[in-house]
Amino acid sequence: MTDALDERRPAGELEAAVMAALWAADAPLTPGRVQEALASGLARTTVTTILSRLHEKGMTGRVRQGRGYAYFPAQDAPGLTARRMHTELDRDTDRETVLARFVAQLEPGDEELLRRLLETGDR
Amino acid sequence: MTVSLLTLLLVPLLLPFAAPPLARRALDRLAPAPALWTLTSCALALAASCTIALGSLVLTGLLELPPFAALGELVHPLRTPPNLLLLPAAALATGALTFSACTLGRNALRQLGAFRDSRTQANGHPAAGDLCVVESPHPDAYALPGRPHRIIVTTAMLRSLDATEREALFAHERAHNNAGHHYFLALAELTAHCHPALRAVRTDIRFAAERAADEAAATAVGDRGITARAIARAALAGSAAPSTRPAFAPGATTGPVPRRVAALLVPGRSRPRAAVAVALAVGALLSTGVTTTAVLGVHHQVEVAQGDVRH
Repeated sequence: MTDALDERRPAGELEAAVMAALWAADAPLTPGRVQEALASGLARTTVTTILSRLHEKGMTGRVRQGRGYAYFPAQDAPGLTARRMHTELDRDTDRETVLARFVAQLEPGDEELLRRLLETGDR
Repeated sequence: MTVSLLTLLLVPLLLPFAAPPLARRALDRLAPAPALWTLTSCALALAASCTIALGSLVLTGLLELPPFAALGELVHPLRTPPNLLLLPAAALATGALTFSACTLGRNALRQLGAFRDSRTQANGHPAAGDLCVVESPHPDAYALPGRPHRIIVTTAMLRSLDATEREALFAHERAHNNAGHHYFLALAELTAHCHPALRAVRTDIRFAAERAADEAAATAVGDRGITARAIARAALAGSAAPSTRPAFAPGATTGPVPRRVAALLVPGRSRPRAAVAVALAVGALLSTGVTTTAVLGVHHQVEVAQGDVRH
């Protein structure tokens, strides 16, 4: 992949990518580890800037680690509200009619077919 | 209304039955974004013609009843097909229109309610760009349109993808939001309530929207393979976790997910061919044209019956 995550992209998209990396990890990440986890051409200083901006917004917590900080996603009130919203939406089985969802329920036989397609794609 | 006018009004009621096979073919032969536009506008034209035709039948039937004839200031009896033919047709049309209006109204109210709830709750939160993460063991992701647009992703989904696949996922959801796909989905929903045959077309419209977002994501991350892998992995992760959702009825054909993955992975598919788009457009034009003719005919006869125009 080319450096799709380059620094010309809108700040919001970079923040989203960093936040996603923090959520995907199971332990707090230092800026260096975030940079690795993003697998992109982002400079370390850019990652550090984004992380401290997210921290100021209250989106992350951080713990001291060595000379710097390691960051983890914050479990705050907005997160809880979002979860409530999600549960609400989950009850409505028809919601894909307004909300385009990423993947639909698989049909019988799809799983096998998907695995075969993935193998073909890897070769 | 004469028997020939009644026959004309049947055309917009029957034409939608030709739409599903054509729509299916359009998905194979057109690029996703043009397919989305073609299918949605065609479904809209067919649905509108069908509704207007039913409305004309109801109106003509009503004018047969003396109180309504008086209300319509008819001085002569309306020229109609024998009542044996017209009245059952008008009654059926009334039933169909009432049924559509009721199911549509109920569905619209429920969806608007759920949508408003989700918007008010997603608003006003600090967010990392447009991303809203939800802690959940079920991999799930969707676009939530509005101002500003949001993308909702569960932690389970984030954990089942690697960094580049996550970028593909975000690009996919942003494509939905930026292209306003929710308008297409809402119109598809509307048309599906107007004619039973358009329900199948609704499924194709949804699929075209997903494919369009897939292609946009592939362009954004610059790699079709990564996009395909993200979709496949997300789907497999979702099917591995026990779902709280009722499973859809199993279909005889392959489901939408493998078709999307295959479309991204297998290059050199047949070149886009516009013949099917032309066929759909002809159908839509035929339907609207015939309906307009019939409505003008009915209108003329009402004017004759009102004594405004001599036959």
